[in-house]
Amino acid sequence: MSLLPNAAVLLGKELRTEFRSRELLTTTLIFILIVIVLFSFTFDPTSDESRRFAPGLLWLAFLFASSLMLQPCFLREQHNDTLSALRLSVRDPFAIFLAKLAANTLFLLLTELLLLPLFAIMYNVPVLSVLHWLVLVFFLASLGISIAGTALSAISAQARMRELLLPLLMLPLLTPILVASTEVTKALFDRTPYVQWKGIGFLAVFDVVFLTALWLFGEYLLEE
Amino acid sequence: MWKRTMIGAVVLFLVGAAAYASFYIAPEERTMRVIQRIFYFHAASAWAGMTAFSVCFLANLLYVWRREEKWDSLGVSSAEVGLAFITVVLITGPIWAKPAWGIYWTWDARLTSTFVLWLLYVSYLLLRSLIEEPDRRALLSALFGIFAFIDVPIVFGAIRWWRTQHPAPVIMGGPGSGLEPTMRKVFFFSVLALHALMVFLIVERYRLEKLRTDLELVRREAEAI
Repeated sequence: MSLLPNAAVLLGKELRTEFRSRELLTTTLIFILIVIVLFSFTFDPTSDESRRFAPGLLWLAFLFASSLMLQPCFLREQHNDTLSALRLSVRDPFAIFLAKLAANTLFLLLTELLLLPLFAIMYNVPVLSVLHWLVLVFFLASLGISIAGTALSAISAQARMRELLLPLLMLPLLTPILVASTEVTKALFDRTPYVQWKGIGFLAVFDVVFLTALWLFGEYLLEE
Repeated sequence: MWKRTMIGAVVLFLVGAAAYASFYIAPEERTMRVIQRIFYFHAASAWAGMTAFSVCFLANLLYVWRREEKWDSLGVSSAEVGLAFITVVLITGPIWAKPAWGIYWTWDARLTSTFVLWLLYVSYLLLRSLIEEPDRRALLSALFGIFAFIDVPIVFGAIRWWRTQHPAPVIMGGPGSGLEPTMRKVFFFSVLALHALMVFLIVERYRLEKLRTDLELVRREAEAI
Protein backbone atom coordinates (compact mmCIF):
# COMPACT_ATOMS: atom_id res chain seq x y z
CA MET A 1 0.00 0.00 0.00
CA SER A 2 2.54 2.58 -1.04
CA LEU A 3 0.02 4.30 -3.31
CA LEU A 4 -1.37 6.88 -0.91
CA PRO A 5 1.93 7.85 0.79
CA ASN A 6 3.54 8.19 -2.65
CA ALA A 7 0.66 10.28 -3.92
CA ALA A 8 0.84 12.46 -0.81
CA VAL A 9 4.52 13.20 -1.39
CA LEU A 10 3.87 14.04 -5.03
CA LEU A 11 0.91 16.20 -4.07
CA GLY A 12 3.25 18.12 -1.76
CA LYS A 13 5.56 18.66 -4.72
CA GLU A 14 2.70 19.91 -6.92
CA LEU A 15 1.52 22.31 -4.25
CA ARG A 16 5.03 23.60 -3.57
CA THR A 17 5.65 24.20 -7.26
CA GLU A 18 2.42 26.13 -7.60
CA PHE A 19 2.56 28.15 -4.43
CA ARG A 20 6.09 29.30 -5.16
CA SER A 21 4.96 31.16 -8.26
CA ARG A 22 1.16 31.07 -7.98
CA GLU A 23 1.16 31.39 -11.76
CA LEU A 24 -1.72 29.03 -12.41
CA LEU A 25 -3.97 30.43 -9.72
CA THR A 26 -3.45 34.05 -10.71
CA THR A 27 -3.92 33.55 -14.43
CA THR A 28 -6.99 31.36 -13.99
CA LEU A 29 -8.51 33.80 -11.55
CA ILE A 30 -8.02 36.71 -13.91
CA PHE A 31 -9.30 34.70 -16.85
CA ILE A 32 -12.56 33.83 -15.09
CA LEU A 33 -12.92 37.43 -13.97
CA ILE A 34 -12.59 38.62 -17.56
CA VAL A 35 -15.16 36.09 -18.74
CA ILE A 36 -17.60 37.13 -16.01
CA VAL A 37 -17.26 40.79 -16.93
CA LEU A 38 -17.61 40.06 -20.65
CA PHE A 39 -20.70 37.94 -20.05
CA SER A 40 -22.42 40.85 -18.31
CA PHE A 41 -22.60 42.61 -21.68
CA THR A 42 -24.46 39.74 -23.33
CA PHE A 43 -27.62 40.09 -21.22
CA ASP A 44 -29.15 42.44 -18.70
CA PRO A 45 -27.86 41.19 -15.35
CA THR A 46 -30.90 42.01 -13.25
CA SER A 47 -31.75 39.67 -10.42
CA ASP A 48 -34.31 37.66 -12.37
CA GLU A 49 -32.25 37.31 -15.50
CA SER A 50 -29.22 36.40 -13.43
CA ARG A 51 -31.06 33.55 -11.76
CA ARG A 52 -31.72 32.12 -15.20
CA PHE A 53 -28.39 32.68 -16.88
CA ALA A 54 -25.81 32.99 -14.15
CA PRO A 55 -25.42 29.29 -13.27
CA GLY A 56 -24.64 28.34 -16.86
CA LEU A 57 -22.37 31.31 -17.25
CA LEU A 58 -20.50 30.45 -14.09
CA TRP A 59 -19.89 26.85 -15.10
CA LEU A 60 -18.96 27.75 -18.64
CA ALA A 61 -16.37 30.16 -17.27
CA PHE A 62 -15.04 27.49 -14.89
CA LEU A 63 -14.90 24.91 -17.65
CA PHE A 64 -13.01 27.16 -20.07
CA ALA A 65 -10.70 28.26 -17.30
CA SER A 66 -9.96 24.68 -16.33
CA SER A 67 -9.08 23.81 -19.91
CA LEU A 68 -6.38 26.48 -19.61
CA MET A 69 -5.36 25.58 -16.11
CA LEU A 70 -4.82 21.92 -16.90
CA GLN A 71 -2.46 22.63 -19.80
CA PRO A 72 0.82 22.75 -17.87
CA CYS A 73 -0.07 19.71 -15.79
CA PHE A 74 2.01 17.31 -17.88
CA LEU A 75 3.57 19.83 -20.23
CA ARG A 76 5.69 21.20 -17.40
CA GLU A 77 7.06 17.73 -16.67
CA GLN A 78 7.84 17.30 -20.32
CA HIS A 79 9.64 20.62 -20.69
CA ASN A 80 11.76 19.91 -17.65
CA ASP A 81 12.27 16.28 -18.62
CA THR A 82 11.04 15.13 -15.26
CA LEU A 83 8.39 12.64 -16.32
CA SER A 84 10.75 9.65 -16.34
CA ALA A 85 12.05 10.63 -12.93
CA LEU A 86 8.51 10.85 -11.66
CA ARG A 87 7.68 7.46 -13.05
CA LEU A 88 10.75 5.89 -11.51
CA SER A 89 9.99 7.38 -8.14
CA VAL A 90 6.70 5.55 -7.62
CA ARG A 91 5.75 1.92 -7.82
CA ASP A 92 2.24 2.57 -9.15
CA PRO A 93 1.96 5.31 -11.81
CA PHE A 94 -1.58 5.91 -10.60
CA ALA A 95 0.02 7.80 -7.70
CA ILE A 96 1.22 10.44 -10.19
CA PHE A 97 -2.31 10.91 -11.48
CA LEU A 98 -3.77 10.89 -8.02
CA ALA A 99 -1.39 13.64 -6.91
CA LYS A 100 -1.93 15.74 -10.00
CA LEU A 101 -5.69 15.46 -9.98
CA ALA A 102 -5.83 16.22 -6.27
CA ALA A 103 -3.71 19.32 -6.85
CA ASN A 104 -5.84 20.40 -9.81
CA THR A 105 -9.06 19.88 -7.85
CA LEU A 106 -7.64 21.98 -5.06
CA PHE A 107 -6.54 24.79 -7.41
CA LEU A 108 -9.88 24.83 -9.19
CA LEU A 109 -11.85 24.78 -5.98
CA LEU A 110 -9.74 27.59 -4.59
CA THR A 111 -10.29 29.83 -7.63
CA GLU A 112 -14.00 29.05 -7.64
CA LEU A 113 -14.37 29.93 -3.97
CA LEU A 114 -12.35 33.12 -4.36
CA LEU A 115 -14.57 34.21 -7.24
CA LEU A 116 -17.88 33.26 -5.71
CA PRO A 117 -18.37 36.36 -3.50
CA LEU A 118 -17.44 38.64 -6.37
CA PHE A 119 -19.79 36.80 -8.67
CA ALA A 120 -22.61 36.95 -6.13
CA ILE A 121 -22.23 40.71 -5.77
CA MET A 122 -21.92 41.47 -9.48
CA TYR A 123 -24.81 39.27 -10.56
CA ASN A 124 -27.12 39.83 -7.59
CA VAL A 125 -27.45 36.24 -6.50
CA PRO A 126 -27.67 35.43 -2.80
CA VAL A 127 -25.25 32.63 -2.02
CA LEU A 128 -24.71 32.73 1.75
CA SER A 129 -27.74 30.63 2.68
CA VAL A 130 -26.78 27.82 0.30
CA LEU A 131 -23.03 28.15 0.64
CA HIS A 132 -22.39 24.64 1.99
CA TRP A 133 -24.33 23.08 -0.89
CA LEU A 134 -22.48 25.21 -3.42
CA VAL A 135 -19.18 24.07 -1.96
CA LEU A 136 -20.30 20.46 -2.37
CA VAL A 137 -21.24 21.02 -6.02
CA PHE A 138 -18.02 22.93 -6.66
CA PHE A 139 -16.04 20.11 -5.13
CA LEU A 140 -17.75 17.28 -7.04
CA ALA A 141 -17.60 19.12 -10.36
CA SER A 142 -14.00 20.27 -9.90
CA LEU A 143 -13.04 16.72 -9.03
CA GLY A 144 -14.70 15.43 -12.20
CA ILE A 145 -13.10 18.11 -14.34
CA SER A 146 -9.70 17.36 -12.83
CA ILE A 147 -9.95 13.58 -13.20
CA ALA A 148 -10.86 13.70 -16.89
CA GLY A 149 -8.73 16.77 -17.55
CA THR A 150 -5.58 15.33 -15.99
CA ALA A 151 -5.91 12.18 -18.09
CA LEU A 152 -6.52 14.19 -21.25
CA SER A 153 -3.67 16.60 -20.60
CA ALA A 154 -1.37 13.56 -20.43
CA ILE A 155 -2.65 12.68 -23.90
CA SER A 156 -2.54 16.14 -25.43
CA ALA A 157 0.94 16.83 -24.07
CA GLN A 158 2.25 14.20 -26.47
CA ALA A 159 0.59 15.60 -29.59
CA ARG A 160 1.16 18.53 -31.91
CA MET A 161 -0.82 21.75 -31.34
CA ARG A 162 -1.28 20.62 -27.76
CA GLU A 163 -2.52 23.95 -26.42
CA LEU A 164 -5.41 23.87 -28.86
CA LEU A 165 -6.01 20.18 -28.62
CA LEU A 166 -6.71 19.93 -24.89
CA PRO A 167 -9.92 22.01 -24.93
CA LEU A 168 -11.10 20.10 -27.99
CA LEU A 169 -10.67 16.78 -26.22
CA MET A 170 -11.84 18.00 -22.87
CA LEU A 171 -14.90 20.14 -23.43
CA PRO A 172 -17.11 17.60 -25.23
CA LEU A 173 -16.12 14.94 -22.71
CA LEU A 174 -17.10 17.21 -19.84
CA THR A 175 -20.59 18.14 -21.09
CA PRO A 176 -22.24 15.90 -18.47
CA ILE A 177 -20.47 17.92 -15.75
CA LEU A 178 -21.59 21.20 -17.29
CA VAL A 179 -25.21 20.03 -17.56
CA ALA A 180 -25.45 18.55 -14.08
CA SER A 181 -23.63 21.27 -12.19
CA THR A 182 -25.56 24.01 -13.99
CA GLU A 183 -28.86 22.35 -13.08
CA VAL A 184 -27.88 21.94 -9.44
CA THR A 185 -26.59 25.50 -9.20
CA LYS A 186 -29.75 26.81 -10.84
CA ALA A 187 -31.84 25.06 -8.20
CA LEU A 188 -29.67 26.59 -5.48
CA PHE A 189 -30.01 30.11 -6.96
CA ASP A 190 -33.79 29.75 -7.09
CA ARG A 191 -36.07 32.13 -5.15
CA THR A 192 -36.88 29.18 -2.95
CA PRO A 193 -33.59 27.30 -3.09
CA TYR A 194 -33.67 23.52 -3.07
CA VAL A 195 -31.11 20.76 -3.40
CA GLN A 196 -31.31 18.77 -6.59
CA TRP A 197 -30.07 15.43 -5.40
CA LYS A 198 -30.16 13.70 -8.75
CA GLY A 199 -27.70 16.25 -10.11
CA ILE A 200 -25.39 15.77 -7.16
CA GLY A 201 -25.65 12.01 -7.56
CA PHE A 202 -24.95 12.38 -11.27
CA LEU A 203 -21.75 14.32 -10.56
CA ALA A 204 -20.66 11.72 -8.02
CA VAL A 205 -21.26 8.91 -10.51
CA PHE A 206 -19.24 10.75 -13.16
CA ASP A 207 -16.36 11.13 -10.71
CA VAL A 208 -16.39 7.48 -9.69
CA VAL A 209 -16.63 6.20 -13.28
CA PHE A 210 -13.76 8.31 -14.57
CA LEU A 211 -11.60 7.70 -11.52
CA THR A 212 -12.02 3.97 -12.11
CA ALA A 213 -11.18 4.39 -15.81
CA LEU A 214 -8.08 6.39 -14.92
CA TRP A 215 -7.05 3.79 -12.37
CA LEU A 216 -7.43 1.04 -14.98
CA PHE A 217 -5.80 2.80 -17.93
CA GLY A 218 -3.69 5.56 -16.41
CA GLU A 219 -0.39 3.69 -16.55
CA TYR A 220 -0.61 3.37 -20.35
CA LEU A 221 -0.93 7.14 -20.67
CA LEU A 222 2.58 7.57 -19.31
CA GLU A 223 4.27 4.94 -21.45
CA GLU A 224 7.32 6.03 -23.38
CA MET B 1 -11.65 -8.37 -56.26
CA TRP B 2 -14.61 -10.09 -57.88
CA LYS B 3 -15.79 -11.31 -54.48
CA ARG B 4 -15.61 -7.80 -53.04
CA THR B 5 -17.64 -6.37 -55.90
CA MET B 6 -20.26 -9.06 -55.38
CA ILE B 7 -20.51 -8.34 -51.67
CA GLY B 8 -20.75 -4.64 -52.45
CA ALA B 9 -23.59 -5.34 -54.89
CA VAL B 10 -25.47 -7.39 -52.30
CA VAL B 11 -25.10 -4.63 -49.71
CA LEU B 12 -26.28 -2.04 -52.20
CA PHE B 13 -29.27 -4.22 -53.04
CA LEU B 14 -30.14 -4.57 -49.35
CA VAL B 15 -30.01 -0.81 -48.79
CA GLY B 16 -32.10 -0.24 -51.93
CA ALA B 17 -34.62 -2.82 -50.77
CA ALA B 18 -34.81 -1.15 -47.37
CA ALA B 19 -35.47 2.19 -49.06
CA TYR B 20 -38.20 0.59 -51.20
CA ALA B 21 -39.74 -1.09 -48.17
CA SER B 22 -39.81 2.08 -46.13
CA PHE B 23 -41.54 3.98 -48.95
CA TYR B 24 -43.93 1.39 -50.37
CA ILE B 25 -44.40 -1.47 -47.93
CA ALA B 26 -44.55 0.24 -44.56
CA PRO B 27 -48.04 1.63 -43.83
CA GLU B 28 -48.49 5.38 -43.61
CA GLU B 29 -48.33 6.78 -40.12
CA ARG B 30 -51.57 8.44 -39.00
CA THR B 31 -50.40 11.87 -37.84
CA MET B 32 -47.00 12.42 -39.46
CA ARG B 33 -47.91 10.88 -42.84
CA VAL B 34 -45.09 10.51 -45.35
CA ILE B 35 -42.53 12.37 -43.24
CA GLN B 36 -42.47 9.54 -40.74
CA ARG B 37 -40.89 7.27 -43.36
CA ILE B 38 -37.51 8.91 -42.83
CA PHE B 39 -37.54 7.22 -39.44
CA TYR B 40 -36.57 3.87 -41.02
CA PHE B 41 -33.26 5.34 -42.11
CA HIS B 42 -32.84 7.86 -39.32
CA ALA B 43 -33.16 5.44 -36.43
CA ALA B 44 -31.52 2.55 -38.26
CA SER B 45 -28.49 4.77 -39.03
CA ALA B 46 -28.32 5.68 -35.38
CA TRP B 47 -28.25 2.00 -34.45
CA ALA B 48 -25.61 1.23 -37.07
CA GLY B 49 -23.50 4.19 -35.94
CA MET B 50 -23.70 3.08 -32.33
CA THR B 51 -22.69 -0.44 -33.32
CA ALA B 52 -19.71 0.96 -35.23
CA PHE B 53 -18.65 2.96 -32.16
CA SER B 54 -19.00 -0.16 -30.04
CA VAL B 55 -16.70 -1.96 -32.47
CA CYS B 56 -14.32 0.98 -32.17
CA PHE B 57 -14.40 0.69 -28.38
CA LEU B 58 -13.64 -3.05 -28.50
CA ALA B 59 -10.82 -2.43 -30.97
CA ASN B 60 -9.41 0.25 -28.67
CA LEU B 61 -9.51 -2.09 -25.68
CA LEU B 62 -7.89 -4.87 -27.70
CA TYR B 63 -5.17 -2.53 -28.89
CA VAL B 64 -4.29 -1.44 -25.37
CA TRP B 65 -4.25 -5.06 -24.31
CA ARG B 66 -2.54 -6.80 -27.26
CA ARG B 67 -0.67 -3.93 -28.98
CA GLU B 68 -1.34 -5.30 -32.43
CA GLU B 69 -1.52 -2.90 -35.32
CA LYS B 70 -4.67 -4.50 -36.75
CA TRP B 71 -6.71 -3.34 -33.75
CA ASP B 72 -5.58 0.21 -34.33
CA SER B 73 -6.63 -0.05 -37.98
CA LEU B 74 -10.00 -1.46 -36.98
CA GLY B 75 -10.39 1.33 -34.41
CA VAL B 76 -9.87 4.16 -36.89
CA SER B 77 -11.97 2.43 -39.56
CA SER B 78 -14.98 1.89 -37.33
CA ALA B 79 -14.71 5.38 -35.85
CA GLU B 80 -14.81 6.96 -39.31
CA VAL B 81 -17.69 4.81 -40.50
CA GLY B 82 -19.62 5.36 -37.27
CA LEU B 83 -19.09 9.07 -37.66
CA ALA B 84 -20.52 8.90 -41.19
CA PHE B 85 -23.66 7.16 -39.90
CA ILE B 86 -24.13 9.61 -37.04
CA THR B 87 -23.73 12.41 -39.57
CA VAL B 88 -26.63 10.87 -41.51
CA VAL B 89 -28.63 10.83 -38.26
CA LEU B 90 -27.85 14.49 -37.62
CA ILE B 91 -28.91 15.41 -41.15
CA THR B 92 -32.08 13.30 -41.43
CA GLY B 93 -33.17 14.40 -37.94
CA PRO B 94 -33.68 18.08 -38.82
CA ILE B 95 -35.31 17.11 -42.14
CA TRP B 96 -37.93 15.23 -40.11
CA ALA B 97 -38.10 17.81 -37.33
CA LYS B 98 -38.95 20.80 -39.51
CA PRO B 99 -42.40 19.53 -40.60
CA ALA B 100 -43.04 17.57 -37.38
CA TRP B 101 -41.94 20.06 -34.74
CA GLY B 102 -41.82 23.22 -36.86
CA ILE B 103 -38.13 23.75 -36.17
CA TYR B 104 -34.97 22.19 -37.55
CA TRP B 105 -33.10 21.92 -34.33
CA THR B 106 -33.84 22.10 -30.67
CA TRP B 107 -31.37 21.81 -27.82
CA ASP B 108 -33.13 18.82 -26.45
CA ALA B 109 -31.03 16.36 -24.48
CA ARG B 110 -31.18 13.59 -27.05
CA LEU B 111 -30.21 15.74 -30.02
CA THR B 112 -27.57 17.44 -28.00
CA SER B 113 -26.10 14.19 -26.75
CA THR B 114 -25.96 12.80 -30.28
CA PHE B 115 -24.20 15.96 -31.32
CA VAL B 116 -21.76 15.63 -28.42
CA LEU B 117 -21.17 12.02 -29.41
CA TRP B 118 -20.37 13.21 -32.92
CA LEU B 119 -17.98 15.82 -31.54
CA LEU B 120 -16.24 13.24 -29.35
CA TYR B 121 -15.42 11.06 -32.34
CA VAL B 122 -14.38 14.05 -34.42
CA SER B 123 -11.94 14.83 -31.60
CA TYR B 124 -10.79 11.22 -31.69
CA LEU B 125 -9.93 11.51 -35.39
CA LEU B 126 -8.40 14.94 -34.86
CA LEU B 127 -6.18 13.58 -32.12
CA ARG B 128 -4.99 10.86 -34.46
CA SER B 129 -4.03 13.39 -37.07
CA LEU B 130 -1.95 15.33 -34.56
CA ILE B 131 0.36 12.52 -33.41
CA GLU B 132 3.07 11.52 -35.86
CA GLU B 133 4.59 8.47 -34.30
CA PRO B 134 2.39 5.43 -35.22
CA ASP B 135 2.69 3.46 -31.95
CA ARG B 136 2.07 6.49 -29.80
CA ARG B 137 -0.83 7.57 -32.02
CA ALA B 138 -2.39 4.13 -31.75
CA LEU B 139 -2.04 3.92 -27.98
CA LEU B 140 -3.12 7.45 -27.09
CA SER B 141 -6.05 7.52 -29.47
CA ALA B 142 -7.16 4.10 -28.21
CA LEU B 143 -7.12 5.46 -24.66
CA PHE B 144 -9.06 8.56 -25.67
CA GLY B 145 -11.51 6.33 -27.54
CA ILE B 146 -12.06 4.33 -24.37
CA PHE B 147 -12.69 7.46 -22.30
CA ALA B 148 -15.02 8.84 -24.96
CA PHE B 149 -17.04 5.65 -25.15
CA ILE B 150 -17.37 5.50 -21.37
CA ASP B 151 -18.64 9.07 -21.54
CA VAL B 152 -21.40 8.20 -24.02
CA PRO B 153 -23.85 6.50 -21.61
CA ILE B 154 -23.24 9.30 -19.10
CA VAL B 155 -24.09 11.90 -21.73
CA PHE B 156 -27.15 9.90 -22.78
CA GLY B 157 -28.12 9.46 -19.14
CA ALA B 158 -29.21 13.07 -19.27
CA ILE B 159 -32.01 12.08 -21.70
CA ARG B 160 -34.40 10.82 -19.10
CA TRP B 161 -33.27 13.23 -16.39
CA TRP B 162 -33.35 16.64 -17.95
CA ARG B 163 -36.12 17.90 -20.20
CA THR B 164 -36.61 16.32 -23.56
CA GLN B 165 -38.59 16.97 -26.72
CA HIS B 166 -37.42 13.98 -28.73
CA PRO B 167 -40.11 11.29 -29.19
CA ALA B 168 -39.80 8.79 -26.36
CA PRO B 169 -38.01 5.61 -27.42
CA VAL B 170 -40.48 3.63 -29.52
CA ILE B 171 -38.50 0.41 -29.53
CA MET B 172 -37.73 -1.10 -26.14
CA GLY B 173 -39.18 2.05 -24.59
CA GLY B 174 -41.29 0.35 -21.97
CA PRO B 175 -45.06 -0.25 -21.80
CA GLY B 176 -47.29 1.70 -24.21
CA SER B 177 -44.59 2.03 -26.83
CA GLY B 178 -44.11 -0.15 -29.87
CA LEU B 179 -44.47 -0.28 -33.62
CA GLU B 180 -47.23 -1.60 -35.82
CA PRO B 181 -46.12 -5.13 -37.02
CA THR B 182 -45.37 -4.21 -40.67
CA MET B 183 -43.56 -1.07 -39.60
CA ARG B 184 -41.61 -3.19 -37.18
CA LYS B 185 -40.57 -5.60 -39.91
CA VAL B 186 -39.55 -2.80 -42.26
CA PHE B 187 -37.63 -1.10 -39.48
CA PHE B 188 -35.65 -4.19 -38.56
CA PHE B 189 -34.96 -4.85 -42.22
CA SER B 190 -33.53 -1.31 -42.49
CA VAL B 191 -31.46 -1.94 -39.41
CA LEU B 192 -30.13 -5.11 -41.01
CA ALA B 193 -29.40 -3.40 -44.34
CA LEU B 194 -27.60 -0.47 -42.76
CA HIS B 195 -25.60 -2.80 -40.53
CA ALA B 196 -24.56 -4.72 -43.63
CA LEU B 197 -23.52 -1.42 -45.21
CA MET B 198 -21.63 -0.45 -42.08
CA VAL B 199 -19.72 -3.72 -41.89
CA PHE B 200 -18.91 -3.50 -45.59
CA LEU B 201 -17.60 0.05 -45.23
CA ILE B 202 -15.53 -0.83 -42.17
CA VAL B 203 -13.96 -3.80 -43.96
CA GLU B 204 -13.11 -1.63 -46.99
CA ARG B 205 -11.77 1.16 -44.82
CA TYR B 206 -9.74 -1.36 -42.85
CA ARG B 207 -8.21 -2.63 -46.06
CA LEU B 208 -7.31 0.93 -47.02
CA GLU B 209 -5.71 1.56 -43.63
CA LYS B 210 -3.70 -1.61 -43.99
CA LEU B 211 -2.44 -0.49 -47.42
CA ARG B 212 -1.53 2.87 -45.95
CA THR B 213 0.51 1.40 -43.11
CA ASP B 214 2.22 -1.01 -45.49
CA LEU B 215 3.09 1.86 -47.78
CA GLU B 216 4.41 3.83 -44.82
CA LEU B 217 6.65 0.91 -43.86
CA VAL B 218 8.00 0.49 -47.38
CA ARG B 219 8.63 4.22 -47.59
CA ARG B 220 10.57 4.16 -44.33
CA GLU B 221 12.66 1.23 -45.45
CA ALA B 222 13.40 3.01 -48.70
CA GLU B 223 14.47 6.10 -46.78
CA ALA B 224 16.70 4.01 -44.54
CA ILE B 225 18.52 2.70 -47.59
